[in-house]
Amino acid sequence: MPSLADLQGAFAAALRDPARRVPAAVVVGSEGPRARGFDVYRNNVAVSLTEALQAAFPVVQRLVGDDFFKAAAKAYVAQEPPRSPVLLLYGQGFGDFLDGFPPAQEVPYLSDVARLEWARLHAYHAADAPVLEISRLAEIPEAALGGLRFVLHPSLRLVRSRWPVVSIWAASSGQGNAEAVDMSVAQEAAVIRPALDVDLRLLPPGGYGFMEALMTGATLAEAAERASQQDTAFALAEHLQGLFQIGAVTALRQSGPDSSTRTDEP
Amino acid sequence: MANPSAIPPRAGVGLKPQHYEAVLEGRPDLGWFEVHAENYMGAGGPPHHYLTKIRGGYPLSLHGVGLSIGGAAPLDEAHLARLKALAERYEPGLVSEHLAWSSHGDVYYNDLLPLPYTEETLERVCDHLDRMQEVLGRQVLLENPSTYVTFAESSMSEIAFLTAVVQRSGCGLLLDVNNVLVSATNQGYAPEAYIDAFPLDAVGEIHLGGHARESDEEGNSLLIDAHDRAVDHQVWRLYARVLDRGGLRPTLIEWDNDLPAWETLYAEARAAEWIIGDHEVRAPAGSQFQPPETHAVAR
Repeated sequence: MPSLADLQGAFAAALRDPARRVPAAVVVGSEGPRARGFDVYRNNVAVSLTEALQAAFPVVQRLVGDDFFKAAAKAYVAQEPPRSPVLLLYGQGFGDFLDGFPPAQEVPYLSDVARLEWARLHAYHAADAPVLEISRLAEIPEAALGGLRFVLHPSLRLVRSRWPVVSIWAASSGQGNAEAVDMSVAQEAAVIRPALDVDLRLLPPGGYGFMEALMTGATLAEAAERASQQDTAFALAEHLQGLFQIGAVTALRQSGPDSSTRTDEP
Repeated sequence: MANPSAIPPRAGVGLKPQHYEAVLEGRPDLGWFEVHAENYMGAGGPPHHYLTKIRGGYPLSLHGVGLSIGGAAPLDEAHLARLKALAERYEPGLVSEHLAWSSHGDVYYNDLLPLPYTEETLERVCDHLDRMQEVLGRQVLLENPSTYVTFAESSMSEIAFLTAVVQRSGCGLLLDVNNVLVSATNQGYAPEAYIDAFPLDAVGEIHLGGHARESDEEGNSLLIDAHDRAVDHQVWRLYARVLDRGGLRPTLIEWDNDLPAWETLYAEARAAEWIIGDHEVRAPAGSQFQPPETHAVAR
């Protein structure tokens, strides 16, 4: 008699590989629908995980159609099955997977759309945090502004694409005009959920570098310096305003990155 | 409300995001709601926002689908900690899981997979229930599975297995009447006999749901626990049989796929309430399951 662990190992292997025989310990009917009993489990696993990906990547599915999406999902599930019983964020690697999925090479922007959709999913389930108004900056002595660090919203993620990924997403989700998308344009975006709704914000030149620097703990002066290197016309005041306006700032810190002193709680 | 947490012996409904607004706007007359615990294990966002609001108006039951109680490997302590945090946050009246496994190695299969009913499985399941009840500090309910295969090495019936689990672990049971019909049809035994033999005193909750039917030309059926349609008339009949035996319990309508409008789901719950009311009139002194306040824990 096989141990429970051995039995489950054989069962699991047969679930993942339809070419593998059903473990000998499993009893199914010899004929009639009952003979398909084991296939119900195979089907449940495959269909439920495909559905999880369909729910997470509706625009990718719309761009390539059901059959293509299901084939991609099947290959992804085989390569990166879930490692946790919490499936809320399953599919984090789907964009990178599509980069190496040969049939997807004809749709070169597909993986960027997938990464954008996962950023939206992440924002949906991210921790909640109260958002600071820009007026709080007025409380900081002017001499201290350059050394200021920002605690940014837990839902915030940046997306960068050599394709017009935001326009493609908007056109394919019914929020924009597909014919008006200029495929020669690269786009950068911020995904954030300051309250209940997930926002997708197209970033002006320099915005990506500015926010990325702030997210990795740079001071305001350092972030502005890095953004200026990318965009010589970088206007700090406008970008600061944009940062607060999308609800990205949750706290300000006046001291070094290791200090836990939050000088400005909401 | 005397005890806002306790689940009354009325009908409840499995709560889905598509129905958040209808529930909050309509405040339907319902006994309670149930959610799949894993759907609320995100850090924040709309799921918690809406569940908090709805919990403010209704008792809640937490139904886990991913702990892999029947897994050969030790329980996933990180997952158990998430479940504990969720229970502390929402103070559910009932917490339940499944007689099944769903993880092996480091892969989660997202299905409730079947178990051989052996002494080894019994030990493993009871060890895991002991740990779960210890961490949560309360009794949990274990649900009878829907099955599509059996195991040659099973040495006891599912009923004998569940009865032994209750005796050894002190857990309660969740009787899924649709699962009874699905398994009985697929394994070729009488669902009525299963209902009649089920240890009703240990049952703290009942599930009713819809199934799909596949048949061959000889009329042999394979039922699939799809939760994608209304409760079948055979399941309603079996439910009445449970109530005839004195099994008046909190009763959930489960509808997880191909979701209908809220009104359709609510009508199913009203149907369950009607049957409950009918039996209350006829058998007011029926035995009542009383979940202990806390599970006795050996320190």
